[in-house]
Amino acid sequence: MSAVIDHGHAGHDHHHGPAKGLMRWVLTTNHKDIGTMYLWFSFAMFLLGGSFAMVIRAELFQPGLQIVQPEFFNQMTTMHGLIMVFGAVMPAFVGLANWMVPLMIGAPDMALPRMNNFSFWLLPAAFALLVSTLFMPGGGPNFGWTFYAPLSTTYAPESVTFFIFAIHLMGVSSIMGAINVIATILNLRAPGMTLMKMPLFVWTWLITAFLLIAVMPVLAGVVTMMLMDIHFGTSFFSAAGGGDPVLFQHVFWFFGHPEVYIMILPAFGAVSSIIPAFARKPLFGYTSMVYATASIAFLSFIVWAHHMFTVGIPLTGELFFMYATMLIAVPTGVKVFNWASTMWQGSMTFETPMLFAVAFVILFTIGGFSGLMLAIAPADFQYHDTYFVVAHFHYVLVPGAIFGIFASAYFWLPKWTGHMYDETLGKLHFWMSFIGMNMAFFPMHFVGLAGMPRRIPDYNLMFANFNMISSIGAFMFGATQLLFLFIVIKCIRGGKPAPAKPWDGADGLEWTIPSPAPYHTFSTPPEVK
Amino acid sequence: MASHETYYVPSQSKWPIIATLGMLISVFGVGTWFNDMSAERPDSHGPLIFFIGGLFLAYMLFGWFGSVIKESRGGLYSPQMDRSFRWGMSWFIFSEVMFFAAFFGALFYVRNLAGPWLGGEGAKGVANMLWPNFQFSWPLLHTPDPKLFPPPSGVIDPWHLPLINTILLVSSSFTVTFAHHALKKDKRGALKAWLALTVVLGVAFLFLQAYEYYEAYNHLGLTLGSGIYGATFFMLTGFHGAHVTMGALILFVMLMRIMKGHFNPEKHFGFEAASWYWHFVDVVWLGLFIFVYVL
Repeated sequence: MSAVIDHGHAGHDHHHGPAKGLMRWVLTTNHKDIGTMYLWFSFAMFLLGGSFAMVIRAELFQPGLQIVQPEFFNQMTTMHGLIMVFGAVMPAFVGLANWMVPLMIGAPDMALPRMNNFSFWLLPAAFALLVSTLFMPGGGPNFGWTFYAPLSTTYAPESVTFFIFAIHLMGVSSIMGAINVIATILNLRAPGMTLMKMPLFVWTWLITAFLLIAVMPVLAGVVTMMLMDIHFGTSFFSAAGGGDPVLFQHVFWFFGHPEVYIMILPAFGAVSSIIPAFARKPLFGYTSMVYATASIAFLSFIVWAHHMFTVGIPLTGELFFMYATMLIAVPTGVKVFNWASTMWQGSMTFETPMLFAVAFVILFTIGGFSGLMLAIAPADFQYHDTYFVVAHFHYVLVPGAIFGIFASAYFWLPKWTGHMYDETLGKLHFWMSFIGMNMAFFPMHFVGLAGMPRRIPDYNLMFANFNMISSIGAFMFGATQLLFLFIVIKCIRGGKPAPAKPWDGADGLEWTIPSPAPYHTFSTPPEVK
Repeated sequence: MASHETYYVPSQSKWPIIATLGMLISVFGVGTWFNDMSAERPDSHGPLIFFIGGLFLAYMLFGWFGSVIKESRGGLYSPQMDRSFRWGMSWFIFSEVMFFAAFFGALFYVRNLAGPWLGGEGAKGVANMLWPNFQFSWPLLHTPDPKLFPPPSGVIDPWHLPLINTILLVSSSFTVTFAHHALKKDKRGALKAWLALTVVLGVAFLFLQAYEYYEAYNHLGLTLGSGIYGATFFMLTGFHGAHVTMGALILFVMLMRIMKGHFNPEKHFGFEAASWYWHFVDVVWLGLFIFVYVL
């Protein structure tokens, strides 16, 4: 690879190390650099979105209005959701994909390295635009992260226009990122790495990328309809012109439901690598895992209206979407069964990644069960828009997606940094997170079933005790994440040197290269038997 | 799979960050512009900011594509790289299909469910209580609230301009395929002629479409603001028109490259990608012609 043309650094040999200084990160095409940037960006957004959650929980610590005004409270719930979904969880998984997919399939880099850089740098631009809306006249978006019309059109603050364009930038970034992942997996596998030999993280990402490419354009479509309704007099979401506000919900949730699987499938994949490593047994039911993932992805396209049972859809619709939603429990059950069977009679040890992974299996299942309750259309009329829903999706997102990310981070940190993290602190991080998150979200089931509505800054006195417990748990969970930051920095700066394969039960190509992973890996593809 | 060893990983590139800045500045400009327009604030800086962002994007497009063309002609791309481009373009087109699907979905939903309900028919006919005198028909020549959304007096007749446009665009799909066959047989003269004809057909389509919009606005009262018929009509045909414009530009660039002697019978994915895009635009038009104009 001597003939590198016209990139300002002509003559650089292909096997050079990283460039020096800030411009290394701005101009890089290296999948590891870009993965690292995604992960740091996602963590920064996690802290920002988390601080908004702290504002919410502080206001809800006691009934009555103490700290913020209702208008600002609404902006906090909206921005918390948007930042956590689009800024923290999704980029974290893209970061993991950037780092690990090429290492797992024996590829020299991502298939389209420059586009990879573009996908990343669009995110800080999009979130700068989104967060700047908080400082605009009229305030930031205050209509909830689901931005239902007409709250987000007719009654929205002016800054909604910038919110729409921020969503467009995030969408462009996600679509390009997903195209890159798909092209990498389909085209850059090492010889012998057949599809059914790929680690499940690669499989789940392949399917996630498909979901992203299928639904992010639909999100772009719905925000474009909003933009046109707001500025150009169209009537997509106005019944006065023959449109329908419910149309918004249909289009949004056609994106939104696959989106929730986008946020969990890669975690399924990572956990499917981690549990076998610490149970010292191969994954139980690999093939069924692949088919279960594909089934979940397929079903995700035909269940969207279960978010809309109370909005007024025909009985046939209620029934169809109820049964289709319940069907998802089948492939998900297959997965939980397989993880449990993998652990069965294994020689298990409980290092931090395994702790997070086991908690993932148990707590995600709780979130799955409350989802099943919500899927029952007649019962949903009681649960809809209560804290029960908040409890449900925080149980799938926090101990689901986020614990999946923590488990992955601890599992692969030795490979990334070349050092072992501090196991004692890692375990402390786990237990504090585990206790804090359960304290924060479990009581929400109770107040929700008792009728406490979501997105409300004040509440009935009868909910006071549980809300205070929730807030204490949330503060504990939030503060604990600073410990995670400390653990990661400590691990980068030093620690016990990590061998190429720090976990004796681990399996996969990523453990065949040294730790830390060299800047360029698999320039010559390995042979996979 | 010996090609693995020569997979080209470019070193650092400045184009993505320029693209990012260009997009951020552009959308900030457009947002400012739209907000000032709707709030009727004069002297908006929006258009200027948008223009500056556009300059960044134009510079980036020339530079980035320029680098890729140089690398390709420099022989840096292996057959495996070619497959990456093919996957990339295929999935990009799939994402475009899904973008149009959102608008087609909105059209079907309004026509078959929400509209009849608003008119008092079907499972949710109770919605008619909002405007008890409203009767639903398609095309929607009476809106529930004619003061807010003045309805059109008529809609475009599919069997005049749209039919001609269908013929133009379908023919152009054939001509671009003839151009591709000529390229594969290395008949450069025929290639140039067929490709130039394709671009001309595309531009002719755009002219007729613009004329149709003029008629709709000035003689039929069919506008973006004339209720859901106008909204779906202009958004679907408008985004399609934008894609025809893009496609014609891309094909024009390909024509310029062919004039400069680029592409050979074996390696010409740039041309192929452009023709894939053109076929996609054509298929979307057929959907539009059937579901927006005829039915």
